[in-house]
Amino acid sequence: MDESANSNVKQFVVFKLGKEEYGFDIQRVTIIERMMKITRVPKTPPYIKGVINLRGEIIPIMDLRERFRMPSAIETDDTRIVIIKIDEVSLGLIVDEIMQTLQLTEDSIENITNLGEHAFVDYIIGVGKHEGRIITLLNPEKILSLAD
Amino acid sequence: MDMNQYLEIFIEETKEHLQSMNQALLQMEKHPGDKAMLNEIFRVAHTLKGMAGTMGFSKLAKLTHEMENVLHALRSGEMDITPDLVDILFECLDILEKYLNTIISTGGEGNEEFSGMLRTLNEIKSARTPAAEPSAGTPAVEVEKAVAEESRTASFQINQYEQNAINKATEMGMNAFKITVFLNKGCVLKSARAFIIFQALERHSEIIKSVPKVEDIEDEKFDFEFTVVVVSREDSVIFDRELNSIAEVERAEIISLNAEALKEASARGETLGGVKPGLERGDEAGPESIQESEGVKVLTTSRPKTGKTVRVDIDRLDVLMNLVSELIISKTKLAGLDDIVRSQKFTEEVEYLERITTNLHDAVMKVRMVPVETVFNRFPRMIRDTAKELGKAINLHMSGEETELDRTVIDEIGEPLIHLLRNSADHGIESADTRKKAGKPETGNIYLRAYQSGNNVIIEVEDDGKGIDLEKTKRKAIEKGLINSQVAENLSKKDIISFLFRPSFSTADKVTDLSGRGVGLDVVKTKIEALGGVIDVETEYGKGTKTVIRLPLTLAIIQALLVYIGEEKYAIPLSNVHKIEYISPGDVKFVQQQEVILFRNTVVPIIRLGEVLEVRREEGKKPKQLTVVIIKKGDRLSGFIVDSLIGQQEIVIKSLGKLLMNIKVIAGATILGDGNVALILDVNSLA
Repeated sequence: MDESANSNVKQFVVFKLGKEEYGFDIQRVTIIERMMKITRVPKTPPYIKGVINLRGEIIPIMDLRERFRMPSAIETDDTRIVIIKIDEVSLGLIVDEIMQTLQLTEDSIENITNLGEHAFVDYIIGVGKHEGRIITLLNPEKILSLAD
Repeated sequence: MDMNQYLEIFIEETKEHLQSMNQALLQMEKHPGDKAMLNEIFRVAHTLKGMAGTMGFSKLAKLTHEMENVLHALRSGEMDITPDLVDILFECLDILEKYLNTIISTGGEGNEEFSGMLRTLNEIKSARTPAAEPSAGTPAVEVEKAVAEESRTASFQINQYEQNAINKATEMGMNAFKITVFLNKGCVLKSARAFIIFQALERHSEIIKSVPKVEDIEDEKFDFEFTVVVVSREDSVIFDRELNSIAEVERAEIISLNAEALKEASARGETLGGVKPGLERGDEAGPESIQESEGVKVLTTSRPKTGKTVRVDIDRLDVLMNLVSELIISKTKLAGLDDIVRSQKFTEEVEYLERITTNLHDAVMKVRMVPVETVFNRFPRMIRDTAKELGKAINLHMSGEETELDRTVIDEIGEPLIHLLRNSADHGIESADTRKKAGKPETGNIYLRAYQSGNNVIIEVEDDGKGIDLEKTKRKAIEKGLINSQVAENLSKKDIISFLFRPSFSTADKVTDLSGRGVGLDVVKTKIEALGGVIDVETEYGKGTKTVIRLPLTLAIIQALLVYIGEEKYAIPLSNVHKIEYISPGDVKFVQQQEVILFRNTVVPIIRLGEVLEVRREEGKKPKQLTVVIIKKGDRLSGFIVDSLIGQQEIVIKSLGKLLMNIKVIAGATILGDGNVALILDVNSLA
């Protein structure tokens, strides 16, 4: 675990949406929960699925697939809610499956300004490469502002 | 000891002092002859000076010192109270408030000198009273001094260890002194002051003993005096000078701990005794002190009782409130468990638990209650200034200041009230001439009343001014295209008044500094509704206007009616529920495409919640009977159609959070017994 002492190493929570792998900076992830009952909230955008009760706190839930305009998936045993929190504002994100937590060195993270006019390119901090896998690293701040 | 820990106390107490100064000034303006008020102002200025000095806020101390000088001249009758002088004192108060605000935001008093004000005060003083140069020891303090004189010095005994230290020091040619410091009775931050004294002493000496103990002094566990034994190379003169230069030190007794001084002391028959002859140099004796502990005990009992109140950080109360909320949720869960065997004992216990939680909730809510006075008390000054500015004579009559409201409401209610009061002063109350012509007394009256009515607190702002010109309002509404002139004909008084609450709707002909920009009443309304309140306006042209605000007593926990809409559960605040009616679908009629029903001969518009809330439902099922929850909003009724009723329940209101804050129809969320979330309907925006 020598690597963790290195300030150039960041830890990410890696999860799946469809076939793609995505990652969040672990510092922003409060907790990962199993799927639970979501109360629909009227007059919200379709990607806001509603709110849950997380130990007394009401937390809005966003369907990340729907947000990224991916076809929606059937809920499985692997479906998880990733709770992220920035400046006291929490948001839960529905993802297909949690893979692992992964340490990535700065060298293995590539900026992707060259990906073209992808609609959500703003919400990506970079792409992590790890043993031949490609992990899209998301910007939690942007995701949170997306929920507005 | 760190001064920062006193900053908070300083700020809180200064706030209170400034408030009482404000009240006293207002009183004094009305009754210039009232010596009691003058004394009060003087007392506050004096206390503030002391506190500011302690905290090292020298500019603040300087200003209060100058104020004190002027006030002293007033008290001694060397000058008279004039309106100009009162204005200046008000300005001083404003400056003091500015200092305080700077202190609150930065921790320091800032760089602003307000030298103009200092000069003004100085001029006033020197113009009238060349001779009067009052020192800090003003009459108010002199009385205190007399009291201080009576107080006992705690019996004092030096133990062997300490005595050895003294012996050693004297052998080295140092002096040992016993110093008793008497603090001014008006000293507010005693321990901070003591800290400064200790620092001063430590510059020149070593403190080997202190009665009471240093820890007790830090905790303010002492009267207005304490005694220390120090050893020093310096002369007693140094200490005398040092101690007397510290503010709020009434006097300091310095006794040299050698045989002569002791003899002298006993000859004077002072109770300083206790320092036994055994103390004399070289003597071995001096048993462990018995008297000391007694002395301390006496000190403890003679200490004036501190007030029965405790300052608590509002955050801590919020934590407490949250815990109570959790408890109530848990209780509701317990009571709602269905897969258990319910013995009688279990039911009894659950009922008992229910009673306790309800009481606990009440108790916590009561702790959070703050009298509206804390908001009201700034209004007299505001109305005074506004009236002066407008050149009108206005009296503000306040009542029910003791009425209590939840802290969160108190924090929010100030702004809307300022708006309403300014409206009354600016648009309501006419100029003296106009009033005279209309046969009214020249001085206008504004009434601000608060009282409790059931589960609501009512706040009324009423004036005897010119009232609202409804015809003009109507014309304006037509002008702005809000209605056409035909509809306008049939509008009720209430409907016309409701235009006043539309954004950017102002009937004022000229825009003044105070109001008329048309950003008034709609903001007030939004704010009140956000607090779960209702606002109503009654007005009679030529006679006056009355605005009635109805606020809920508590915000966090309410009684609610739970209903099903489709498969979803929603909560409606019970305070808004007027009645529940069952009607057949055929009873629904139409008026201008709006669905209505007849309820006790009144036409009540109905709202199909399922449609408004976009609830998904199975097609084809036509109910034979509709459940209508009749909602009361102010004086108006409307009917919400729901699918079925679940029942009444105590619910804890939770915020939906920042991200979902702007959903109009939902006021918040609550956690049900099964752990699921139900949304609370925002009756104000739906009805």
